Amino acid sequence: MDIYRAHVLCCGGTGCTSSGSAQLIQRFEEKIKENGLEKEVKVIRTGCFGLCEAGPVVIVYPEGTFYSRVKVDDVDEIVSEHLLKGRKVQHLVYSDHATHEQNANKGLQDINFYKHQHRIALRNCGVIDPENIDEYLAFDGYKALEKALTTMTREQVIEEILKSGLRGRGGGGFPTGLKWKFAAASQADQKYVACNADEGDPGAFMDRSVLEGDPHAVLEAMAIAGYAIGATEGYIYVRAEYPIAVKRLEIAIGQAREYGLLGKNIFETGFDFDIHIRLGAGAFVCGEETALMRSIEGKRGEPTPRPPFPAVKGLFAKPTMLNNVETYANVAQIILHGADWFASMGTEKSKGTKVFALGGKINNTGLVEVPMGTPLRTIIYDIGGGIPNGKKFKAVQTGGPSGGCLPAELLDTPVDYDNLIAAGSMMGSGGMIVMDEDNCMVDIARFFLDFTVDESCGKCAPCRIGTRRMLEILQRIVAGKGQEGDIEKLENLANTIKATALCGLGQTAPNPVLSTIKFFRNEYEAHIRDKKCPAHHCQALLSYVIDADKCRGCTACARVCPAGAISGEVKQAHKIDTEKCLKCGACMEKCRFGAISKQ
Amino acid sequence: MKSLAELQAIREKTLGRINLRKEDESEVVRVVIGMATCGIAAGARPVMLAFMDEINKRGLNHVTVSQTGCIGMCRLEPMVDVIMPGQEKVTYVHMTPEKVARVVAEHIVNGRPVEEYTIGAAEDK
Repeated sequence: MDIYRAHVLCCGGTGCTSSGSAQLIQRFEEKIKENGLEKEVKVIRTGCFGLCEAGPVVIVYPEGTFYSRVKVDDVDEIVSEHLLKGRKVQHLVYSDHATHEQNANKGLQDINFYKHQHRIALRNCGVIDPENIDEYLAFDGYKALEKALTTMTREQVIEEILKSGLRGRGGGGFPTGLKWKFAAASQADQKYVACNADEGDPGAFMDRSVLEGDPHAVLEAMAIAGYAIGATEGYIYVRAEYPIAVKRLEIAIGQAREYGLLGKNIFETGFDFDIHIRLGAGAFVCGEETALMRSIEGKRGEPTPRPPFPAVKGLFAKPTMLNNVETYANVAQIILHGADWFASMGTEKSKGTKVFALGGKINNTGLVEVPMGTPLRTIIYDIGGGIPNGKKFKAVQTGGPSGGCLPAELLDTPVDYDNLIAAGSMMGSGGMIVMDEDNCMVDIARFFLDFTVDESCGKCAPCRIGTRRMLEILQRIVAGKGQEGDIEKLENLANTIKATALCGLGQTAPNPVLSTIKFFRNEYEAHIRDKKCPAHHCQALLSYVIDADKCRGCTACARVCPAGAISGEVKQAHKIDTEKCLKCGACMEKCRFGAISKQ
Repeated sequence: MKSLAELQAIREKTLGRINLRKEDESEVVRVVIGMATCGIAAGARPVMLAFMDEINKRGLNHVTVSQTGCIGMCRLEPMVDVIMPGQEKVTYVHMTPEKVARVVAEHIVNGRPVEEYTIGAAEDK
């Protein structure tokens, strides 16, 4: 293998692939060949760089020039200017949202988006070619497995994980080392290690990015876990909706087997371990551990009561240790650098870093990894670049359908497991959806409940019937038919469901409602009592009006109205007939004088 | 199946190929070649290829080769800067593919700049 003078790294994550990075890569290869540079410049498809907002992303090394939103037509210029003549293409270089700075000489680490981040789980994403095991090996890949197998006892491995303070990154935050210890203590002829890659929270995509960008990190960690608890088989349960992740996992498993890093007698230590992939059909409840294991067994994905816990009786009724993708992504680093190194980051009870998927009303949509305890404000404003169009921040939703909404007063909360729960939300898998003044909090609660009602497996009554009743009340409120006492009814139902539902899905489903009632009760009251939506979002509760002083009588609105609800003479103020009005908003978009507003 | 030693060999070999993607540049030797119109016209491309060839041959995985534009002394092209970690850059002028092997051997490998090829020597004449 030859040394190349320049590497062109193109993001091959799902985000950038959907904005056309595959065509980019093809074009780069064609153009590089055309210019006779194929022996000097190498094109590499990597995993996600995190800054999905600016995709497709291309980085050219050794300079580390960060090109964003690259189009196929831009490739010719990058090849002929940058790769051939060494002149960076200034106008394609990423420009910082906050500072509007566009500096071709800045490295990745100088960009605001990356400056505050600390990447452990995502360390290789966007750096290595995920389909080439040699590149993973070069960045200390499989060294941790080697260290564990050849120099550490099973107990030492578990002790190291325990001491690091690593907690489950899938949402619950259960101490990982403890889980390993329980599974190791169970006696059985066969044990299993499983990986939960059934990422289902709306807006969360960190597990997908790890699998796409660094699949070997998960395989290595599962093998270490297998050694620690005495398991010889591993299962990865991954959604079929993640085709790129599945493909790269398959390639990675094949390469690891070829190198003898999976299979019989690994490193000639007598340890056998192999991994299988199982595809999930996309049911949210299958992210719940007992339902997930039923699904792997080929049964219907329904949860079962605990105890018995999986560590005692899990997959195929054998002791099973199940961790989330991101949890595994930390394991090799902990074994390699030691528990103390990992525990030096984060807060007292939450160690290390956490990956968040930023979405919603935020400038830098994408994936970020920060030390635990980083305030929400830093994540949203310094890294996320704040709210677009100068709008006001209203709330941030964390933890997906199981989490809650935190208002502006709590922006300085340091993010860790315990602080988020104390604030009425939860870490969840790390989705972070930002909302601005135009979002109606009642409607947000309705949206999440709509999701859980759809995804409820129907096994237990509190979840099947209870969440549906809650949804009906919320639908009534946003339709302007709310009644006095609805809020109390919601709270009552929510608390009952939390206390009685069978699995985590039902127990946490009311959280979005409870947290929005807690922090935005006035919005609920406005909907119910005044029949008004303060955010002017709920269609049933708003009306469009024309300001007679501003209206010039140009008739543009009347011509665009599909319902014929606007009347008025030319050069006279117009009027909207609220009975006929469909509230489509077409007139407001058309008016050039700002005379039409929502009320 | 690969043995531990084989894995280590793969690690080292691959690291050489991808070292240039590391953010930490404290140990990297940079060879920067002037490749503006003047440089290219004076023959910078064969010089660059010679550098890459030599680096590949010796397996020097801590060296990166990159290009830069014109720095204004077109009459001295092809010009090449060699920047050793923690040292002042050394600028070579009127480079040819033949001179490259000596620069790599004496300067990059052994740390002694080839004085007679440098800009200082050319300007003193």
